[in-house]
Amino acid sequence: MSEEIVLNIENLHVYYGAIHAIKGISVKVPKGKIITLIGANGAGKTTTLSTIAGLVKAKSGKITYNGVDITNKPAHTINRMGIALVPEGRRIFPELTVYENLMMGAFNRKDKEGIKQDLEWVFELFPRLKERLSQLGGTLSGGEQQMLAISRALMSRPKLLMMDEPSLGLAPILVEEVFEVIKKINEEGTTILLVEQNAFGALKISHYGYVLETGSIVLEGPSEELLANEMVKKAYLGMG
Amino acid sequence: MVEKRLKTSTKVWLTIIFIIFMGFLLWIADRTFDDYKLRVLRLIAIYGIMAVSLNLINGITGVFSLGHAGFILIGAYTASLLTLTPEQKAMSFLFGIQPWIEKLHTDFFTATIAGGAMAAFFAFLIGWPVLKLYGDYLAIASLGFAEVVRIWANNAMTITNGPLGLKAIPEYSNTWWVYGWLLFTVAFISSLVYSSYGRALKAIREDEIAARAMGINVFKHQLLAFVVGAFFAGVSGSLYAHWLTTIDPRLTTMGPMLTFYILIMIVLGGLGSITGSLIGAAIFAILFEWLRNLEQPFTFFGIHVPGIPGMRILVVSVIFILVMIFWQRGIMGREELTWENLYRWFSKLKREGEKS
Repeated sequence: MSEEIVLNIENLHVYYGAIHAIKGISVKVPKGKIITLIGANGAGKTTTLSTIAGLVKAKSGKITYNGVDITNKPAHTINRMGIALVPEGRRIFPELTVYENLMMGAFNRKDKEGIKQDLEWVFELFPRLKERLSQLGGTLSGGEQQMLAISRALMSRPKLLMMDEPSLGLAPILVEEVFEVIKKINEEGTTILLVEQNAFGALKISHYGYVLETGSIVLEGPSEELLANEMVKKAYLGMG
Repeated sequence: MVEKRLKTSTKVWLTIIFIIFMGFLLWIADRTFDDYKLRVLRLIAIYGIMAVSLNLINGITGVFSLGHAGFILIGAYTASLLTLTPEQKAMSFLFGIQPWIEKLHTDFFTATIAGGAMAAFFAFLIGWPVLKLYGDYLAIASLGFAEVVRIWANNAMTITNGPLGLKAIPEYSNTWWVYGWLLFTVAFISSLVYSSYGRALKAIREDEIAARAMGINVFKHQLLAFVVGAFFAGVSGSLYAHWLTTIDPRLTTMGPMLTFYILIMIVLGGLGSITGSLIGAAIFAILFEWLRNLEQPFTFFGIHVPGIPGMRILVVSVIFILVMIFWQRGIMGREELTWENLYRWFSKLKREGEKS
């Protein structure tokens, strides 16, 4: 099987002071797929994404994006290369309007026409945002804020979209909606690296999964296999 | 609900008419006010420039700098040394002066630009280390910078004349200069704030990590805001010096006290609001002058109070504490007094009037 690897993480180590948060993980993200990292709190999922995005420095190891080494590059350089992050806890700009929030996502773009098109695309995905365009970001509900965070990342027209717990703190009906949208974004051609505590939902829409435990990968495989795996069932799916 | 919006051309015309109208009012004031009132009127504009420029750094970018007085001092000294004639300098520098400084002489406008440029240059230099810090540490480091500048000015006898200060600075800061510069400052900073650059500055203030994840070079943007803010602080320093006509590196005139006064103006007006800063500056200037009455002996409900020097600072501090407790967002909050907002406000009033 020869698929094109968009993002390749090799033997990555990350420390927070003396704490060894990521202990040598290797992850491959093939083009056009949804790859998921699942695991409990403190497993190192967010740290992994932050390191890829350039928000946290790696101690050792290598991250390559389309063959280019991006390890420890500044965040704005990485963003310009086509990697966007939907940060954990949404982190929208509360005192900017919805429109301004979206335009911040397109900050490094100059193509006015393209931005307009993507704005339409985002409204198609989340019609509710269009109604709230001139409202301040902080006045949106939790679900709407999550939609805004995803849309904001999409406005940079990323080739690789990284999402950190997009289902966190959402009502069950919205969780399903968000997962549906993730699938749709992927089907329209964006590669996705998804971090989730909601292992069931993530594995259902993804192609391949990695299970993280205290900074190491304990298990990996195609998502259907992981869904059927006894250990995963017991530890993450609450079955067994 | 469909909001009625004003056309851009309408807003431009309203702004032009407003500026002409204000210019007319200033013209009348300039002719009819007595000297004292005119000085306060000019001080309002100088404070306005100081407040708007600090607001760009503290309120809009969210970099909590306490170094503004340092930049004002740099601007004031640079400009004053340029407008004083060689003869005046030779006279007032009792301990000698660097010959190259003695010879330099320019007109007021060039001197003011030079003051701003010098302040901006220093902001660029200290911005590199200082902006790597966060929150309280940045505030302390920038305060430290301002103090270093002040103490340097106190000791560099052959450049600044030390504690003797500069005297007989020509009183060039007339109504037209100070309000002209105020207009330019507000126009420049608001066009910066409403550009995509300004949006990025606000995004950094709101959530720095998210801003970085959006691909914003946080350091570059903060440095830009810092340097632009310092430039206008330097300009205000020049205007201030040519309003005071005597400057020396004391704690109160261009030391930390001045920074805190400006801070009071922008917090009172609303951190992050340009029009708020202007309102804050005007209120502060007038209130602070009016409170001079407290320092004279007066009778209050039949009780005789002797004049206590420094009383007004105490009262202003109490007012500031009360504002902080009951009105944390200040007069304007982060809103701006725009034509759009005024229009909305009036149509709301009208609608409510029709209902009742």
